[in-house]
Amino acid sequence: MDAILQPFADFFGPTWPVVWSLVKIVVLLAPLMVCVAYLTLAERKIIGFMQLRVGPNRVGPFGLLQPIADALKLLFKEVIIPSGASKGLFILGPILAIAPSLTAWAVVPFDDRAAVADVNAGLLFLLAITSIEVYGVIIAGWASNSKYAFLGAMRAAAQMVSYEVALGLALICVLMISRSLNLTDIVTSQQPVRLAGFGVGFLSWNWLPLLPLFVVYLISGIAETNRAPFDVVEGEAEIVAGHMVEFSGMAFALFFLAEYANMILVSTMTSLLFLGGWLSPVGFLPDGFHWLALKTAFILFVFLWARATFPRFRYDQIMRLGWKVFIPITLAWVVVVTVWMMSPLSIWK
Amino acid sequence: MAEIRNYTLNLGPQHPAAHGVLRLVLELDGEVVERADPHIGLLHRGTEKLAESRTWVQSVPYMDRLDYCSMMCNEHAYCLAVEKLLGIEVPERGRYIRTMFDEITRLLNHLMSLGSHGLDVGAMTMILYTFREREELMDVYEAVCGARMHAAYYRPGGVYRDLPDSMPRYETNRFKNEKLVKQLNAAREGSLLDFLDDFTERFPKCCDEYETLLTENRIWKQRTVGIGVVSPERALALGFTGPMLRGSGVAWDLRKKQPYAAYDAVDFDIPVGKNGDCYDRYLCRMAEMRQSNRIIRQCIAWLREHPGPVIVDNYKVAPPRREKMKSGMEELIHHFKLFSEGIHVPEGEVYAAIEHPKGEFGVYAISDGANKPYRIKLRSPGFPHLAAMDELARGHMIADVVAIIGTMDLVFGDIDR
Repeated sequence: MDAILQPFADFFGPTWPVVWSLVKIVVLLAPLMVCVAYLTLAERKIIGFMQLRVGPNRVGPFGLLQPIADALKLLFKEVIIPSGASKGLFILGPILAIAPSLTAWAVVPFDDRAAVADVNAGLLFLLAITSIEVYGVIIAGWASNSKYAFLGAMRAAAQMVSYEVALGLALICVLMISRSLNLTDIVTSQQPVRLAGFGVGFLSWNWLPLLPLFVVYLISGIAETNRAPFDVVEGEAEIVAGHMVEFSGMAFALFFLAEYANMILVSTMTSLLFLGGWLSPVGFLPDGFHWLALKTAFILFVFLWARATFPRFRYDQIMRLGWKVFIPITLAWVVVVTVWMMSPLSIWK
Repeated sequence: MAEIRNYTLNLGPQHPAAHGVLRLVLELDGEVVERADPHIGLLHRGTEKLAESRTWVQSVPYMDRLDYCSMMCNEHAYCLAVEKLLGIEVPERGRYIRTMFDEITRLLNHLMSLGSHGLDVGAMTMILYTFREREELMDVYEAVCGARMHAAYYRPGGVYRDLPDSMPRYETNRFKNEKLVKQLNAAREGSLLDFLDDFTERFPKCCDEYETLLTENRIWKQRTVGIGVVSPERALALGFTGPMLRGSGVAWDLRKKQPYAAYDAVDFDIPVGKNGDCYDRYLCRMAEMRQSNRIIRQCIAWLREHPGPVIVDNYKVAPPRREKMKSGMEELIHHFKLFSEGIHVPEGEVYAAIEHPKGEFGVYAISDGANKPYRIKLRSPGFPHLAAMDELARGHMIADVVAIIGTMDLVFGDIDR
C-alpha cells in the first residue's frame, strides 16, 4: 500500500497528510451518503411491505431511482427563510445537525484497524460529538420563530439529553469489560477466548453478558435518533414536524440526511459494541466487513420494524421511561458488572 | 422575575390531526392544555337551507355529504323522516337491505375512525390495515348504487333498487397481472350477497389483527387509558350519544330503544365501556364492529330466502318501473310528475333519528304540504362531542388532545353541515 502511495506523497510534498485525509473522508462519506439515500428507499419499501402497500415503484425499476429523484427535487427547491426567523441561526441549525453525524464516522472502524482515525479515545470522541447534535435541533427550533418548531426543540432538548445519560452509562460497562476506549480494541476484545475452538463466536460477544444494557442501548438508540415510537420531536400528528416545520429544500434535506446517518451510526455502534463488529458468528466462516454490514442492516431493520408496529409515546412518558427505568437499570448493571469483574467468576481475564 | 404567561397555539385547520378542518385554539402552560377552544364553520355548506329549495328527493344526496364516512346512515334518517310524514311503510325486504347497509356503513365508519385514531396516536399501520377492508366494503357500495361514497341509495319509501347479481371486478393492467387479478376476483364471481358472505366470514379475523396491533399494546394503553374521561352523568348531560356515551357505561342504543328498519328482528348486543376513557371507547368500537358483522350475516341469510319488492308500490312516492313507464300512459304521467315536481308531503312536523355510527343522527322536518320541506334541522352526533372538547382536554397534554380528537371520531361534514 505504502509503495503505491509513495509517488503521490512525493508529488504533494508536505501537504500530503492533508490530501490523504481528505481522500479518506471522501472514500468514507460518499458510500455513506449512498447508504443514507438507499436507507430511505429501504424504509419505504420495508414499511410498505409491512403495511400491505408496495412502496415507491415508479422511478426506475422497483423504484430504485426514487432516492435520486427525491434528492434532486430537494436540491432544486428554494430554501425559504421565514421573515420572522433569525437568519443566521436558521441556516446554522441544519448545518449543526448534519456536521456531527458525519464527523462521528471518523472513529468508526470497519475492519481490523480500518478507520479514518483510529484514536485511543474513540468512544469518548463519539459520545462528545453526538452530543453536539441536539444543538442543531434546538437552534433550528428556536430560530424558526414558530410555536410548533419551538415545542419540537424543547422536546428534543429534554429527550436527547436524558437518553444520552442512559446511553453513556451503558457504554461505561462496555469499556469496563474491554478495558479500552478504542473501538477496534473493543471489537477484538469480543473475540472468543474461552469458547475458542467450539465455533460459536456469537456467544462470546458482549450482548450476552450485558443483555440488559444491549436492550437499553438499542432502545435508547432509537430514542436518541428520534425515531418512532420515540419520534415526539417530529410528532407528526401533534406538532407536525417539530423543528423542521419551517425548513424547505436542502435545509430540510440536511436534517433528513442527519437523521438517517445517525440511524446508521447507532446501528453500527450497536454492532461494534455488542454484536462483535466484523467478527464472524460461527467459527468456520472468516471475519470481515460483510459481517458488520449484515449486523448493521439487521439493527436498521429492527428500527423500521418498530416504526411500523408501535404507536407514539407521549413526551412525558418518554421522560419517565428514560429516567425511571433505563437509568436505574444501567446504574444497577454497572454495579453488577463491577462486582462480577472483581469476583472469581469473572469471564474477562 | 419576568412575568410568566400561558401562550396560545393555533392547532389547525391545516394540521395532520385536524380530521379535515378542525381549528382548535389551545391555551398552553408548557405542554399542558389550559383551555381548548374549537372553532367550527370552515366546512359549512348550508345543507339545511339548501334543502328548503329542493324537492324532498333531491335532498337525499346532500345527506351523503354530511358525514362523508357514514353516507347511507345519513340518508336513512332523512328517508325515515319523510316516510313518517307520508305515513308509508317500507316493504320488508327494503327494511332488511337498509339494516344491512346501515351496518356496512357502521363498519366503514368505524374502520375509518379506528384507522385515523391509530394514525393520530402514531400507529401508522392501523389505517392501512383498516383501509384494506374498507376498500372491499366500498366495492359493495359501488355494486349496489354505482358510487363508492355518495351513494344516494336510500329513497323515501325504500331503496333505489334490489341487490345486484354481480360484483365489480378487477381488471389486468401494468401492475396487476392475470394471476393476481384472478386471486383478487375470487370472491367476486357470485352475487353481492355471496361477496358479503365471504367478507363477513373473514372479517372477525381482520378484527383480531387490529387487536393484536393495539389492544394489549402497552404504548397504546399508556396513550389512551385515563385520557379524556367522561363520567356517565356528564356524558348524558353533554348530550353524548353513540360510542362516546356507551364508552362511559350507558347502554343507550336507538337500535334497541326505538327499533327502526329490521333491527327488532335481528339479534345483537350493545357493547358498553366502564371507565369512559379513550381506551374504553376504542374497545366499544371494536366490539361494535363484531356485532355489526353479526347483524350483516343475519341480514344476508334473510335476504337470500325472501325475494320481494324493495320500495313501496305507490307512484306518488316511488317512480314506476321503466318498462311500465314506456308502455302505460298513467305511469308516464306519474313518472313525469314525480321527477319534475317531486313528492307532495302532507303538512306536519316530524323528528326521526337513527343510531348512526357516531351517535344519534336526527332529522327534524317541517312540511307545509308543498313539494319541498319548509324547514329541515339536522342533529349531528359530532357536534355535542366536539363541544365537550374543552372539558375533555383540559389538564391533558397536546399529544392527548390529538388522541381525544381521534376518539371523538370527528367528521366536519356533519359538524359544520
